[in-house]
Amino acid sequence: MTSRPTSGVRSEPLPGGEEQAGSLIHARGLRKSYGDFEAVHGIDLDVQPGESFGFLGPNGAGKSSTMRMIAAVSPPSAGSLSILGLDPRTHGPQIRARLGVCPQEDTLDLELNIRDNLVVYASYFGIRKAEAGRRADELLDFVQLTDKAKAKVVDLSGGMKRRLTIARSLINDPDLLLLDEPTTGLDPQARHLLWDRLFRLKQQGKTLVVTTHYMDEAEQLCDRLVVMDGGDIVAQGSPLALIREHSTREVAELRFAVGEHAALAERVADLADRVEVLPDRLLLYTHDGEQTLARVHERGLQPVAVLVRRSTLEDVFLRLTGRTLVD
Amino acid sequence: MATSTTPVPVRQRLLPDWGMVARQRVYWTTVYQRTWKGSVITSFVVPLLYVVAMGVLLGGFVDRGGADLEGAPSYLAFVAPGLAAAHAMQIAAGETTWPVMGCLKWHRTYYAMVATPLAVPDVVTAHLAFAGCRIALTTGVFLLVMAPFGVFATVWGVLLAWPVLVLTGLAFCGLFFAYSATIRSESGFALIYRLLVIPLFLFSGAFFPISNLSPTLEAIARLTPLWHGVDLTRMLLLDTVRPGLALVHLTYLVVLAVGGWVLAVWRLDKRLEV
Ligand SMILES: Nc1ncnc2c1ncn2[C@@H]1O[C@H](COP(=O)(O)OP(=O)(O)OP(=O)(O)O)[C@@H](O)[C@H]1O
Ligand SMILES: [Mg+2]
Repeated sequence: MTSRPTSGVRSEPLPGGEEQAGSLIHARGLRKSYGDFEAVHGIDLDVQPGESFGFLGPNGAGKSSTMRMIAAVSPPSAGSLSILGLDPRTHGPQIRARLGVCPQEDTLDLELNIRDNLVVYASYFGIRKAEAGRRADELLDFVQLTDKAKAKVVDLSGGMKRRLTIARSLINDPDLLLLDEPTTGLDPQARHLLWDRLFRLKQQGKTLVVTTHYMDEAEQLCDRLVVMDGGDIVAQGSPLALIREHSTREVAELRFAVGEHAALAERVADLADRVEVLPDRLLLYTHDGEQTLARVHERGLQPVAVLVRRSTLEDVFLRLTGRTLVD
Repeated sequence: MATSTTPVPVRQRLLPDWGMVARQRVYWTTVYQRTWKGSVITSFVVPLLYVVAMGVLLGGFVDRGGADLEGAPSYLAFVAPGLAAAHAMQIAAGETTWPVMGCLKWHRTYYAMVATPLAVPDVVTAHLAFAGCRIALTTGVFLLVMAPFGVFATVWGVLLAWPVLVLTGLAFCGLFFAYSATIRSESGFALIYRLLVIPLFLFSGAFFPISNLSPTLEAIARLTPLWHGVDLTRMLLLDTVRPGLALVHLTYLVVLAVGGWVLAVWRLDKRLEV
């Protein structure tokens, strides 16, 4: 399995190879170790301007470790990395001046009100007070928090805090936006609101880098993504291409009584391209789900419940790692 | 080429970028605006309570006993400079223990800051500068409150003692900051308050001449930063300056302040480097 980009004609095979013209993020053999433990095992990345790029992976995949290196706050342990054409180890402040960062854990100042959180943050970028106030109001409007401007951060819901963090990350009109799990822990409504805002940013031509362990989020937001697992990139491409490459068009899900799945898998193995056994169901990967289902019934098998659906990135992940994304 | 390739260890810069330090003005003014009301009353009342209780009332007893006070005309005159210096240390501790942990654990302010063009040395320097301002304000008020008691020998002595008090506080700030950036739990503060701040406060010559201690303890007291601050402040306020010793005090405090600053940058860098 290669961790080299499959899209783009200019990918360089050698670690430390020439930077691709115009890449906002360029990494070769990028590694991160914490003491003896290596969290990122030498990955290659290229993100082009205007792209929406995603890291999809389960807990501990190394997504945040990679994001912190890209954000020029965590020094790479090995390999080469350039962000906006600059080396994070020597030009950290210059890089960070042009990034918008939404970290996985909120770093909002709980003792300041909503608007002051933005104004104070703006000052770190050398933005003058009047301009900072103007941008703060504009961004509060963008994330629909205008009526909360004077509220304290502690009084905000999780989704509002996330929106505020995103507003804050936009205060310096960044060239590159890094969003580490922007919607984890939010209810569906809050997530959809956030996706809508991120989608608008994408439409405005902002380059987004998003990590997530939600396949629907990755499918919604990302033009191109890498699937990470255990510190490695196990696949990459557009969501559609990944599904086409690593899964079938449809999936028939069969639920039998608990404990029967492993045994029954053998009896349906020839009906699908591939069968996955999960603790609570069988997944039959096939071109035509309904037809496969009909043949299952022909064999006299009576699943408790059935479902035919399109393949998703979840299936790609299962295929590549043998594990589900969210467990 | 604009890429980083190991093994090329690139050290983060140690010195602050003063422009970046200045950018944190807005943050620290906001912090000050939020907290000044609580501190302004205490900064007037605390010195008054100390001076009346220790200087005037306790001093009455001490002076009747005819104690040797290193040449000070009265116990009030002896204890007032000591109190001011000890107070500088306490303010230093207050500004660089809990607030540092707050910025790391509760508000994660430092994490937010270093995601911007600010770097660790800028963040540490601005925090220490703020602590320095607080010490300057509080000790300034302390000197003002004590002035009517008529113990200060000369005006220039007071004007020189003020920066010395700030320096005394700063000598502790970096060390406390470094410690606070290292420990993971607030229980570590009980330790330094009990084992460091309170013993120093009591035994560094603020309340009695350290010659009253046993020879070993006296030698230890002479090594503590607070004693150097207390003695230098006292020399200036009572006009009993011994130039050689004063220079030793000054050097000691400056070295500690700068050393503490470097240590604080190093510890915070380690803490935030993930
Ligand atoms: N500061 C650190 N010190 C030691 N180990 C760390 C540190 N940060 C992360 N790790 C370890 O590195 C691995 C990757 O962590 P990372 O946070 O990058 O994963 P992730 O993909 O972001 O996971 P999640 O979805 O849970 O956020 C994990 O095993 C984690 O325990
Ligand atoms: Mg993470």
